[in-house]
Amino acid sequence: MNDAARPASTPPLIRLVGVTKTYGTGDAALQALRGIDLAVESGEFVAIMGPSGSGKSTAMNIIGCLDVASGGSYLFRGVAVERLSRNQRALLRRNYLGFVFQGYNLLARTSALENVELPLLYRGEPASARRTAALAALDAVGIADRASHTPSQLSGGQQQRAAIARAIVTHPAMLLADEPTGNLDTQRSREIMDVIAALNRDRGITVLMVTHEPDMAAYADRVIRFVDGRIESDTRRERTVP
Amino acid sequence: MMGWNALMLSLKEIRRNLLRSFLTVLGIVIGVGAVVTMVTLGNGATQAVSDQIASLGSNMLIVRPGQRLMGGRDAAGSPSFRVADAEAIREQIGGLEAVAPSVSTNVTIVHLSNNWSTVVTGSGNAYLAARSWQPISGRSFSETEERSGSAVCVIGETVRRELFGSENPIGGSIRVKQFACEVIGLLAAKGQAAMGMDQDDLVVMPLRTVQRRLIGSQDVAAIFVSVAASSSVERAKMQIEELMRERRHIAANENDDFNVLDTRQIAETLSSTTRVMTYLLGAVAAVSLLVGGIGIMNIMLVSVTERTREIGIRLAIGALEREVLAQFLIEAVVLSSLGGLIGIALAAVGAAAGAHAMQVPFLFNPPINVLAFAFSAAIGVIFGYFPARRAARLDPIEALRHE
Ligand SMILES: Nc1ncnc2c1ncn2[C@@H]1O[C@H](COP(=O)(O)OP(=O)(O)OP(=O)(O)O)[C@@H](O)[C@H]1O
Ligand SMILES: [Mg+2]
Repeated sequence: MNDAARPASTPPLIRLVGVTKTYGTGDAALQALRGIDLAVESGEFVAIMGPSGSGKSTAMNIIGCLDVASGGSYLFRGVAVERLSRNQRALLRRNYLGFVFQGYNLLARTSALENVELPLLYRGEPASARRTAALAALDAVGIADRASHTPSQLSGGQQQRAAIARAIVTHPAMLLADEPTGNLDTQRSREIMDVIAALNRDRGITVLMVTHEPDMAAYADRVIRFVDGRIESDTRRERTVP
Repeated sequence: MMGWNALMLSLKEIRRNLLRSFLTVLGIVIGVGAVVTMVTLGNGATQAVSDQIASLGSNMLIVRPGQRLMGGRDAAGSPSFRVADAEAIREQIGGLEAVAPSVSTNVTIVHLSNNWSTVVTGSGNAYLAARSWQPISGRSFSETEERSGSAVCVIGETVRRELFGSENPIGGSIRVKQFACEVIGLLAAKGQAAMGMDQDDLVVMPLRTVQRRLIGSQDVAAIFVSVAASSSVERAKMQIEELMRERRHIAANENDDFNVLDTRQIAETLSSTTRVMTYLLGAVAAVSLLVGGIGIMNIMLVSVTERTREIGIRLAIGALEREVLAQFLIEAVVLSSLGGLIGIALAAVGAAAGAHAMQVPFLFNPPINVLAFAFSAAIGVIFGYFPARRAARLDPIEALRHE
């Protein structure tokens, strides 16, 4: 997808303009983001890299509408998110976004299937449709046979995959994944990346993914490097991995 | 649809955290159970005492030899009354319904092979009238029987049961010490009074019969006086005291060597005692309610960390604040009302058993049930709901970061 093909009137899927984030106040204040300008089009597969503490997760949380920026503007489909109410942001998460957390964040003592069904429950889908869709999502990430297991009965990689299944079960417009392969060996990482790449390719889901590993970034068609709360580089390129 | 979802979510959550749910319910069960049991028993005891007082007869004065207060001369040192004293009261003081001189003694009575130890009271129809007690079968005493001291008697239900069993007691004969006595009447059963005192365990004979054949003296141990409803018990009491001082030659500076008991006075003393007891029970119960409440509070607060993360997850995947709150509110309401209902049921069983053991009536008391239930439910709801509300108002990322 290139800029010329897009009608000028259609805004990018997301646009960040001078977004800053400050944690704490006064002497203890810490500027995690120092002015981020960024636009991502529908269907892109973006990898975000950068040293630890450079603000990658902070930016992902703001883009995922889980947190609000301290300054600047974040537009989702042309709508300024910072002007939305808490409820409107919740609806935005519910209807358009899927988030894979750095630390899974599955509900404890709750089966993988029920975890994956949860976003559909809040969308008001009937029980049978929930079940079918959740099983399909678990199948897509390759752990359909673990549907009834609770997080404590799943390996780290399986929990990671259940978290991805929960993020994609609603067919979101955008999938945000914060180090989805952070705790996995190379073999498992590749499996997960194949799943994500397939979702991007086959369903046109826009993917924003944080990763430390160049091997994983190679799946993306655009790599953004964060350094010290700023974007240091933003490179588009041909994917080196299909 | 959302209400249904919230209900299903809550029930799932209750089942998922069985131990926590159980402990919450337990706290409420203990709180509600204790308060309801204690107050129900306290009310039963109070009722028992007032029943007992009512059974003495209202507006009754009991005139006895001896000082009222401890430490002075006791009954043994004071001269007894005579029948003439009772007659003087009857003749000289107006507004009295019945004046009954009486004397009592413990004896063993025998009928065929059965024997039974009981209290024989020598008095007469006036005594039965003063205590508003009439025979349900047979008859009361005739004037001749009272005057001549015939060997006839009226018995209580317990004596009938112990001596006669299924036999008809009227016209039967009981042996009291050396003489045989004909049963002419059976008194209506009054039932057990509080603390197991059996009011139906008595035999009444004419005063003269007991004086002559059982105690061998002209003494009168007590005079029962029933005051007409229309006249003042207080005034009658003062008049009797004055008359007795006169008849017993007590100088103005001397203390009475007799006392006049007013059943209302006894009633007041006893009911103030039971009131104190009820307060005490209530206080103990309130403490257990408080302890139960603190238990619930602890469980709820301890689980806040875990639940805050849970709330963060739900918010992050698109739950609205009010949907999360509905789930937590329903959960708290379900657990609290479940605990409240179990508590009320257990209290009903416990209080019934306790009332039986203490021989006091079991009085179901709706207000205290409602009150205890509402209090515990409020604790459950407040401590289940408000921490959840605080968490649901966080940004999802803050809730998720909660450790
Ligand atoms: N809640 C917070 N309060 C205060 N400081 C925070 C908070 N969250 C993050 N920070 C700080 O903001 C900076 C950016 O953190 P962030 O989590 O975005 O880094 P990151 O790029 O995701 O790092 P990593 O690769 O280790 O995950 C860090 O210096 C971090 O200490
Ligand atoms: Mg991070």
